[in-house]
Amino acid sequence: MLARPERFFADRFGLNAGTMERLLGGTLAGRVDHADLYLEYRISEELVLEEGGVKKAARHVSQGAGVRAQSGERTGYAHTDDLALPNIEEAARQARAIADRASTSAVVAVGADGPPHDLYTLAEPPIAADLDRKLKLLGRVDAEARSLDPRVRQVIATLGSEDVVVLIATPSGWTVGDVRPLTRLNVTVIVEDGARREIGSYGGGGRVAFDFFLEQDRWKRFTGEAVRQALMKLDAVDAPAGEMTVVLGPGWPGILLHEAVGHGLEGDFNRKKTSAFSGRLGQSVASELVTVVDDGTIQNRRGSLNVDDEGVPTRRNVLIEKGILRGYLQDRLNSRLMGMEVTGNGRRESYAHPPMPRMTNTFMLAGEDEPADIIRGVTKGLYAVNFGGGQVDITNGRFVFSASEAYLIEDGRVTRPVKGATLIGNGPEALTRVSRVGHDLKLDEGVGTCGKDGQSVPVGVGLPTIRIDRMTVGGTQV
Amino acid sequence: MRELLAGLLQQATRRGATSADAFVVEDQSFSAQVRLGQVDTVKHAREQHMALRVFVGKSVAAASTSDLSRESVTRLVDEAVSLARVTSPDEMGGLPEAAELARQVPDLDLHDPRGHDLSPEEKIDLARRCEAAALEADPRITNSEGGDFSDRRARYAYATSHGFTGEYATSSFSLAVSPVAAANGEMQRDSWYHIARKRARLDAPEEIGRIAARRTLRRLGARRVKTAEVPVIFDPDMAATLVRHIAGAASGPALYRRASFLVGKLGERIAAPSVTIVDDGTMPGALGSRPFDGEGLPVRRTVLVEQGGLRSYLLDTYSGRKLGLPSTHHAARDGSGVSVSTTNLHLQAGDRDPADLIRSVKNGLYVTELIGFGVNGVTGDYSRGAVGLWIDNGELAYPVEEITIAGNLLDMFHAVEGIGNDLVFRDRTAAPTLLIGRMTVAGS
Repeated sequence: MLARPERFFADRFGLNAGTMERLLGGTLAGRVDHADLYLEYRISEELVLEEGGVKKAARHVSQGAGVRAQSGERTGYAHTDDLALPNIEEAARQARAIADRASTSAVVAVGADGPPHDLYTLAEPPIAADLDRKLKLLGRVDAEARSLDPRVRQVIATLGSEDVVVLIATPSGWTVGDVRPLTRLNVTVIVEDGARREIGSYGGGGRVAFDFFLEQDRWKRFTGEAVRQALMKLDAVDAPAGEMTVVLGPGWPGILLHEAVGHGLEGDFNRKKTSAFSGRLGQSVASELVTVVDDGTIQNRRGSLNVDDEGVPTRRNVLIEKGILRGYLQDRLNSRLMGMEVTGNGRRESYAHPPMPRMTNTFMLAGEDEPADIIRGVTKGLYAVNFGGGQVDITNGRFVFSASEAYLIEDGRVTRPVKGATLIGNGPEALTRVSRVGHDLKLDEGVGTCGKDGQSVPVGVGLPTIRIDRMTVGGTQV
Repeated sequence: MRELLAGLLQQATRRGATSADAFVVEDQSFSAQVRLGQVDTVKHAREQHMALRVFVGKSVAAASTSDLSRESVTRLVDEAVSLARVTSPDEMGGLPEAAELARQVPDLDLHDPRGHDLSPEEKIDLARRCEAAALEADPRITNSEGGDFSDRRARYAYATSHGFTGEYATSSFSLAVSPVAAANGEMQRDSWYHIARKRARLDAPEEIGRIAARRTLRRLGARRVKTAEVPVIFDPDMAATLVRHIAGAASGPALYRRASFLVGKLGERIAAPSVTIVDDGTMPGALGSRPFDGEGLPVRRTVLVEQGGLRSYLLDTYSGRKLGLPSTHHAARDGSGVSVSTTNLHLQAGDRDPADLIRSVKNGLYVTELIGFGVNGVTGDYSRGAVGLWIDNGELAYPVEEITIAGNLLDMFHAVEGIGNDLVFRDRTAAPTLLIGRMTVAGS
């Protein structure tokens, strides 16, 4: 398994341990604090069904090398999509030219930090699964959605699969590789009832084989959810505006954690002291009921990695423990500059991007409350169970996340569905208002993509049912 | 590049494609980030990729690769053709009629070859000057996310199996800075930027730095406000985001999928009579201009909304055929196929001085930043996080944060009560200051 990426790049591009050592030892060696070479080969496939047929099918191959040299706080990065050795050497020269000016120290040998995990070895990666079976599945999604309700007007089903082979090498001589499968099925339906029209979307996936969608009839459940959500929204009333008690359902609403605390705990912002959480390690930033972890080691999850994109094995990192801020998410550069441990969170979108601290699977541990009791205890509030995207201003801590499925809670009962509304809060404060935590922790279905500084990476989130005593809901109903 | 494309199309036809189109892009980019006066990250890149779309009868498929070797080209053709054999036939598919293709490729002055002739040190220095101007503007500017300079040059060539070949080169240059201000335990970040096709037209780094500092400083002391229905003024950059939502709803793929709040609204009034929205791909030297669209059709000026009435959708050939309308030449080509994109999209300037618009509001919100994704393109329902300044008796009184603004895009455009005379093209989409009569602001 681990030999595979090395052999892959040696066979296909003639890049073997010897050539890489020469490159790193020659062009990059010397007065830099860290240098590495990242090789990547990616095949991806996208199949889109609409109006009853697969009208869009595309396959892409991308390959390239990224070379990085760092000294002090400076990073030189160069990349090329031509994997011929002279091109990589030229990239290495450019990267080093930037980094090696004012450096004071010699190369710090960075050891491989333990063996990589084995979280997603598959007998048949999803990209290699039979095309006919994939097309057939999309056809079944279409038929299923239309059979569920006559108001279903349009069905768009997308199946994406990819396989990424990476190899990371440093001058201290170690290389580590990974082969990363990933797949996702998304179902979007448009429903119409008279003049009203609505949209519903649902999906899932992970670092799993194609059969994942067939097991337990997942495809059927995703389709049913998309239809149910769209129909529910047809009857939605205007969402309320202003501060109120908010109950979040389990699973995907964990996007709250991703925006409210996750980004603010990334090492780069904290080293630069531009995060609302800067300098707050050891302080209380949440209620005692709240423990938040970022765990890149969960089997077959979308946000999991055997090693991060700097070759560091991923870990389970406790960010907040019973309300106390315990740790940041680190890559090599920021951990070195902050004198802290690497945490296996150095990630990049592709060879065309330098790594930075990113989340993997971020979730809150389960509590003890019965979810139904949590709702029963609310006189007037909002119960939000599905969300679109979210965003955060790291520096002042303000974050938003947009509910796509939400209901009013009136006298302890979930009543009418309301239109989509944005929820807004302040990261360091929002979790201090968590007063109930359910025992029903759920991870999301495997659809999340996180954007930072122009780089997108797959991530996961998770949450048990929780009650937040006060939060601003951005509806229209005053 | 032309030979590569010609060979690719020939090979596709030999392998069984009834028609095909393809493009190649080569680009070179550089970016430098300086933080607190020190070089932080410098990136160099050289990239290329090619993409092929083939039709086998009425079925279509696409493939792309960044490997331009002979073997890779053969693999690309094989993959595209074999994929197209299994996808569903579509009567509406196919290339545009040959007669519609652009006959010539106009020179829109999108390239600045000499602009790139700066050493890395000189480029780094531009980023440094930009950040320094922000840091020096005020002692409360204590930190920074960095000053950035980047430039990119690209060559794009496109060809079809029915005779179109065109290519053009583009340049772009950008400068940006994100200062951080702190006072009384509060920390705020804002930013300012400029992007241009010619380096000489970039705003001076010092000017960008000073504006970024001013924008950041005015956020200090931010408060929350009470939930209320009030008039809302969008600054030009935020007004441009509203124009983008209209363009998204007017785009062909959203319409034939019935996933748009503008379905069936062609010819109807969708905005106040003062609103005219234009997309003009022919503006020389502009960021959104292109000499031909993603299917080789000549780019032109399209009036999308004229005095409040929806005059045109934004269509490529396929979505046009689905809707029984001709393409409006808004095709955008990417590795997966054809979609729709705007060029230089803008809301036409009005006659109001922006300061007058502010003075006309007794109690309301001036929005300078929006976050989140709370826009439903199917219904037009709108709810986003906002940052800005509260207007009290016609004056920008104090900064506000942790609030949302909500409404419905159609209601909002009908409620436009004033349009500024301050239209400036700083990006591909531009708008002047916009006053919307009433929205819900949710706060404490």
